[in-house]
Amino acid sequence: MKKTQRSFLNRRVLLACFIAIAAIYLIGIFIWGLAMNPNDYAVHYENKLLSPSASHLFGTDAMGRDMFKRCIKGLSNSLVIGLLAAGFSSVVALILGIASAVFGGWVDRTVKLLVDLCMGLPHLVLLILVSYMLGKGALGVTCAVAFTHWPGLTRIVRQEVLQLKSSQYVQAAYRMGKSPFQVALHHMVPHVLPAYLIGLVLLFPHAIMHEASITFLGFGLSKETPAIGVILSESMNYITTGKWWMAVFPGVMLLLAVILFDGIGETLKKLWNPMSGNE
Amino acid sequence: MQLEAKNITFQYTPKGPLILNDVSFHMESGERVGIVGPSGYGKSTLARILAGYETPEKGQVLLDNVPLSTKGYCPVQLIYQHPELAVNPRWKMKKILTECWNPDQELLKKMGIEESWMNRWPSELSGGELQRFCIARALSSETKILICDEITTMLDVITQAQIWNVLLEIADARKLGMVIITHNKSLAEQVCTRIISLPELNHIEQQDV
Amino acid sequence: MKGKKAPVLQVNDLVVAFSMYQRGFHKKNLEVIHALSLEVGAGEIVAVVGSSGSGKSILAHAVLNLLPKNAVCSGDILYKGESLDSKKCKQLFGREIAFIPQSIDYLDPLMKVGEQVQGVYGTKERQRELFEKYQLSQETENKYPFQLSGGMARRTLISGAMMHHPDLIIADEPTPGLDLDMAMETLKHFRDFADQGTAVLMITHDIDLALNVADRVAVFYAGTILEEAPTADFIAGKEAVRHPYSKALIDALPQNSFTPIAGTQPYAGNLPSGCLFADRCIYRDEKCVGEQKMRDVSGGKVRCAHAT
Repeated sequence: MKKTQRSFLNRRVLLACFIAIAAIYLIGIFIWGLAMNPNDYAVHYENKLLSPSASHLFGTDAMGRDMFKRCIKGLSNSLVIGLLAAGFSSVVALILGIASAVFGGWVDRTVKLLVDLCMGLPHLVLLILVSYMLGKGALGVTCAVAFTHWPGLTRIVRQEVLQLKSSQYVQAAYRMGKSPFQVALHHMVPHVLPAYLIGLVLLFPHAIMHEASITFLGFGLSKETPAIGVILSESMNYITTGKWWMAVFPGVMLLLAVILFDGIGETLKKLWNPMSGNE
Repeated sequence: MQLEAKNITFQYTPKGPLILNDVSFHMESGERVGIVGPSGYGKSTLARILAGYETPEKGQVLLDNVPLSTKGYCPVQLIYQHPELAVNPRWKMKKILTECWNPDQELLKKMGIEESWMNRWPSELSGGELQRFCIARALSSETKILICDEITTMLDVITQAQIWNVLLEIADARKLGMVIITHNKSLAEQVCTRIISLPELNHIEQQDV
Repeated sequence: MKGKKAPVLQVNDLVVAFSMYQRGFHKKNLEVIHALSLEVGAGEIVAVVGSSGSGKSILAHAVLNLLPKNAVCSGDILYKGESLDSKKCKQLFGREIAFIPQSIDYLDPLMKVGEQVQGVYGTKERQRELFEKYQLSQETENKYPFQLSGGMARRTLISGAMMHHPDLIIADEPTPGLDLDMAMETLKHFRDFADQGTAVLMITHDIDLALNVADRVAVFYAGTILEEAPTADFIAGKEAVRHPYSKALIDALPQNSFTPIAGTQPYAGNLPSGCLFADRCIYRDEKCVGEQKMRDVSGGKVRCAHAT
C-alpha cells in the first residue's frame, strides 16, 4: 500500500520556486550585463592570471581581465542571442506547424521535407554552415541557431493541430456553424499554447548551448566579444597549467542557466499533462 | 421537414472496403427512426454522413429536397456515444453549453443540469452529466433533426431512462425528427416509432467480425 | 485460514483517494472509493455494476496496482489469503492473475498480435491452441492491432488473458461496442473459465449483460458497493432485491417500466455524510443519518437501514 505523500512540497510549489530562482538569476545577469561599463572587463596586464580572491571573484585571465565581470557580460550576450533565436524559431514553428496541419497537401509535404532535411543533418554541421555563410559574428550565430531549432517544435505543433482537427468537439463546432477562424481562436490556440510554451522554454537552453558551442569551435562570435563560448575556448589553453578557475566558473554559470530553463520546461510539461498533472 | 438519404455509398480510403453501399432512407419530422444491426454494418458512419460530418462517395443527403449545406448551423445535429470526447477538455462547462446558443433555465432544469456544474471542468463530471450538456447544446431552436448514435450505451440504466424520457418529451413538443442508433433492442422498442435494420438496407458483403 | 478455503480475491475496507490540486498551491485528497469490501471465490463470476464515472475502474486498477502516483489507498487486498503488494503483483500478473482491459488501445500498436498474446511467459503452441479455440485464423497472429475488427480484438485480448490458465481474471468493461450476440459470446467465455475453477471479477455498466452471466452482482454507487446479492434476486425483480437503488435500477430498464428516479450520483468531493443514496431515496428518514454499514439481509449484503 502506498503511504500518504508529503503535501507541502508538491509540484506546483516546486515550479514556483524554480521560476523565482531562474528569474532572479537570469534577469539579474541580463540587466547587469547590458548595463555594465566596458572598463569593468578591460585589459589590465598588471593583474594577469590571478587566482580567485575577494577583489576578483572568479580570478583573472592572461590579459588581466576580471573573469567574473566577463562571465556576466558573456552570459548576458548569450542570453540575448538565445532569446532572439528561440523567439524566431518558435514563431516559424508555430506558423509552419499550423499551416502544415490545416492546409495539408503540398504545403504539408513541403514542410515535412524541410523538417526532415534539417533534422537529417547533424545539428552542429548545419549550425557551422549557416553561421559561416553569413560571415560569423553575432548575426551569423543568431541566424544559425534560429534556422536550426524550429523543426522539433514544428513537428509538435503540427501533431497537436492534426489531432485536434479530427477530434469530435472541433468537428461538432464546425457543424454548429463556427467559422474556421473562430475554431482556430477558441479551440486550437488554447490547445496548442501549452505545448508551444513548453517547447519554447525547452528551446532556450538549447539555443544558448549551441551558441556557446559554435563560438567555442571558432565559427561564431569574434574573439573580442565577451561570450561564454569565447571564454571557454580561451580557457582551454590554460587548463593544463593549472588555471582551473578560467574554465570552471564560466562553465558552471552556463550550466546553471541551462539547467534552470530545463527544470522549468520539464516541470511545466508534467503539470500540463493530464496524466501526471496531479502527482 | 424531411430528411432523405439517396443511394449513399461510402468508403474511408479509396482502396478500403465499402462501408456503405447504395443505402437509401427517408424520414419525416416527428418520426423517431431506430437503426439497429450488428457492429460492422456502418451504423455510426451512416450517422456521421446524415449529419454532414462525412461526404459520401456517391449519393447525397437531402433536407427538404435541398442538399445539406456545409456552412452555418446544421439543422441536423449529431450526439455521440462518448460525451467526454465531444467536449473541449480545456473549456468550462458553461462555455461548452453556450457555444452556439443560450439554453434557457427551463430546458436546463428539465435536462437535470445543475447550476453548480457550470463552473466545473469536463473531467469533474461523470459521463451521464456530460451527456446532458451535449444534448442541451444540440437542442437549439434551429435543430430540426437529431441523430443519436448510441448516446446512452455507456450510461447506467437510471440515467439512460432519465435522458430518454426528457428527450422524447422535447421531441414531441417540437416535432423533432430523430434517428436513434442503438444495439439495445428493448430500448429501440421503447423509444422509436419505426425500426430499420441496417443489414437490409446496406448491400455490403459481411466482413470478418 | 483453517477449515474454509480462502477466497481467490478478497478486498477489505478499501479506500482510494486522489490528491488533487485546488486553486493555487494546495492539494486536497479526493476520496473516490470508500470502505469497499468484496470477495470472489473460485469458480465464481462476480459482476460489479455501476455507472460511468462512479469509480468502478479504479477498483480494478487498485487490485492490479495500476493506480497513478497521486493515489493513496488503504485497506487490504488479499489474493488466496495473502496480501497482494506490488512485488507479489509483479510475480503473479500475467501468470496467475489476468487482466482483460477495456479496449484494443491497451495493445501495442506496433507489435504483431501473436507475439503480444504470447507475452513474456507464453509459448507459440499455446497461443495457436487458444486462437483455434476462439476462432481466430492462423493469419491473425501476424496482423497488427489496427487490422483487427472489434470482435477479433476482443477475442485476442481474451486469448492473451488465458495464456496461463489464470486463477483470477479481472475484466474491465469487456463488452462495450459489441452487439448483443457478440457480447453474449464474450460472456460465455467467462462462464467457461469460471466452470474450470477460475475466479472472475467483471466490471461493467451494463446490468443486462451482468445478469446474463454473473453468479453474484454487486451494485456500485458513488464509490462503494450498496448491495451484493445473487443474480437470481435481480432477475426475480424489484421485490427480491434489498436496496432502494437496486429497485430503481430494475425499474429503469427499457424492458421493464423504463421509469427513472430523479437526481444524479453525488460528486466525489461533495458526498453526503450518511447514506450515499439518501437524497434520492423515498424511504429516507432519521435512520439514514450516519455511516451505513454493510449488513446481511436474507442471503445478500446491503448498505441500507431500511432493507428487509
